Amino acid sequence: MIRKRKSCLAIVVALLTVVGFASSAPASEAKKPERIGPTVKIHRGEKCVEDTEFMRRNHMKVILHQRDETMHQGIRTTKHSLKNCVDCHADPKTNSVLDQEGFCSSCHEFASVKIDCFSCHTDKRDKNAVAVAPFKGVAKRVQP
Amino acid sequence: MSLSRREFIGIGGAAVAGMALAPGLRLVELAQARSPDEAVTSLQRWGLLVDIGKCHDCDACVTACHEENGVTGHGRPATDPQWIRKVTLKDKQSGYVQTLPVMCQHCEEPPCVDVCPTGASFKRADGIVLVDKHICIGCRYCMMACPYKARSFVHEDTTDQKPQVPRGKGTVESCTLCVHRVDVGKIPACVKACNKDGNKAMVFGDLKDPNSDIRKQLAAGVSTQLRPDLNLNTGVRYRGI
Amino acid sequence: MAQAHFDTIEGRSLGFYALLGILGAFLLAAGLAALYMEHNGHWVTGMSNQIVWGTPHVFAVFLIVAASGALNVASIASVFGRQLYKPLARLSGLLAIALLTGGLIVLVLDLGRPDRLIEAMTYYNFKSIFAWNIFLYIGFFAVVAVYLWMMMERRMNDYTRPAGIFAFLWRLTLTTGTGSIFGFLVARDAYDTAVLAPMFIIMSFSYGLAIFMVVLLAAMRWSGRELGDVVFGRLRNLLGVFVAAVLYFVTVYHLTNLYITQRHGIEGFILLHGGQFTQMFWIGQIILGSVIPLVILFSRLGQSRAMVMLASLLVILGGVAQMYVTIIGGQAYPMPLVPGKEASSSFFDGVVASYAPSLPEAILGIGGIALALAMVVVALKILPFLPNSLADADADPHYKAT
Repeated sequence: MIRKRKSCLAIVVALLTVVGFASSAPASEAKKPERIGPTVKIHRGEKCVEDTEFMRRNHMKVILHQRDETMHQGIRTTKHSLKNCVDCHADPKTNSVLDQEGFCSSCHEFASVKIDCFSCHTDKRDKNAVAVAPFKGVAKRVQP
Repeated sequence: MSLSRREFIGIGGAAVAGMALAPGLRLVELAQARSPDEAVTSLQRWGLLVDIGKCHDCDACVTACHEENGVTGHGRPATDPQWIRKVTLKDKQSGYVQTLPVMCQHCEEPPCVDVCPTGASFKRADGIVLVDKHICIGCRYCMMACPYKARSFVHEDTTDQKPQVPRGKGTVESCTLCVHRVDVGKIPACVKACNKDGNKAMVFGDLKDPNSDIRKQLAAGVSTQLRPDLNLNTGVRYRGI
Repeated sequence: MAQAHFDTIEGRSLGFYALLGILGAFLLAAGLAALYMEHNGHWVTGMSNQIVWGTPHVFAVFLIVAASGALNVASIASVFGRQLYKPLARLSGLLAIALLTGGLIVLVLDLGRPDRLIEAMTYYNFKSIFAWNIFLYIGFFAVVAVYLWMMMERRMNDYTRPAGIFAFLWRLTLTTGTGSIFGFLVARDAYDTAVLAPMFIIMSFSYGLAIFMVVLLAAMRWSGRELGDVVFGRLRNLLGVFVAAVLYFVTVYHLTNLYITQRHGIEGFILLHGGQFTQMFWIGQIILGSVIPLVILFSRLGQSRAMVMLASLLVILGGVAQMYVTIIGGQAYPMPLVPGKEASSSFFDGVVASYAPSLPEAILGIGGIALALAMVVVALKILPFLPNSLADADADPHYKAT
């Protein structure tokens, strides 16, 4: 689908730009400027359902694949479902993946890629969802 | 180390999948407990039977449906969505009054599916007619085509949707036969409510399973479709019109 | 007859820019109206879950139908070999493209999710008449563009006829598709009839020619070019025939429904007690849109250019009224749920749905007309679409100087 491909491309371009910035910086560690990148807070779990590097680049494909399988074939595995993303990544304070520093919105705003998921899907964690890992509350920066 | 929920479900799913050496056989055995990673098939066709003789002045099904699916209005009847509604029928000759719930009839030959330009309006293999809101462009042609007025267009922004029931402005929606419940072996919210708080007028089940309750009840007495002249072979049947 | 000569219009006069300015103002308003509806959702319009297609669709379908009809003048020249119409063919092709653009833009901007237009281009359900129409509309642009190229490029003139025949067949298919959007709807009593497809074709002849005549009369006059009585008289008579033909189809459509008992309800509603729809039918579609134009076109009044201009405008008005009655009236009348029983509910079962066009809807629809006209105005300045002269001596192949 063209739109998805576009968003994917936009992210890749954004990441490449950041990599370009980083590599052109002087070798001296002391003078290295602060890295550009969105603040992505990871609140829960040791790791994502897939490798972080993989998810960073391919999460949209994973969700898209699951979307069609669930919608048309009734396959309701939770591993790659958008609901699972939201349940795990929602901010414990706002219960949302959007908002100011939300997991989805912070990076998408940085990369200037529109998210269409939440015009229909809720951005809030399912209140009945079981917590999968103790709250950690560590703010991480995306490592480009 | 304790297992996370995801890991637990993953292992469980794999174990179930591993046991499913003969999927067809397993389907017969566990007609309603499809494993989450298994696609729906046309071996089943979900349907409803509504006995109007038992349906009285009560809207438990409507309330339950809209609660389950997060269907909320804005106090604007003309544009507020209704997935299921109570219709009162009055005989033009005799004046005899009946009441019945009307929702998507989950036709075998759905006119809404025929007319949809993108294929967003589609019928699942197990007979449930749905809108794939991901590719719905909001043209409303399906609403023009549906003989039952079963569909609503989302006229305003939606907030606080149920996690299992996405709905959004600019797309068309209708009864999903509570597909998110059916997929995990539960019955639709309207049927549950009718059995619990209502008059026990609704039966849900697999129309293709000769041993299902709905099949037996359909075989035991008269029933009809709405607009039978259109020959759409609806999944929702009525008794007593 | 001399070879037809074409020239661009000068397009520097105050009038030219004033015209563009007025059209531009309409376009701006239509853009804002679309944004407003899109931002708030459709509840701010007159449309509802009962009337799902409203005023934007009235204008959009009218323009799309008129677009294919506007091409007829060119077809008469290329397909049926009438020399008299040859100087008019380019303008006819241009109008066809412009009107279709205007109609489609309105249709797209009224979608619930116009941002998802790409889905309509990438996912297809080939049983849907809408899906066929997407191909027919896009194809129409290509076919007419090639046709215009054959006409306007001297070296390609030999291919004008095959291109014209192809375009003619394509436009017949296109209007069949547009009529079938309604004709194939089994659920509603006002639709579900094969007569809608040919009826839409004959409607397109009438609307398209009416718009063509308005544009031609205005363009020739404002650019100071001569329009002789022969061309004028021929177009006037043709319009009269088309208007009469539409009236015939409307009669057949209603007679059929009047014969079928099941459809007496909808007929009574449209013809007798449908409130705004009955008024729109009798006053708008029949009296203003058909009877008065016929009187003008076939009487001595037809000698006057101003009167024929008025007749053309009335045919356009009547066309919009006909679309209003067909599209909105057809939805307003309730669908039967169980024969022999009156239905009622909180979802407006069994009652006539109320509808009043909202301002943004109407502005969006009119914006479609403004876009089509603006395209024509600009195109006339850029490329030679308009003949230098349609004076009898230049245009009439049988002209004899007296």
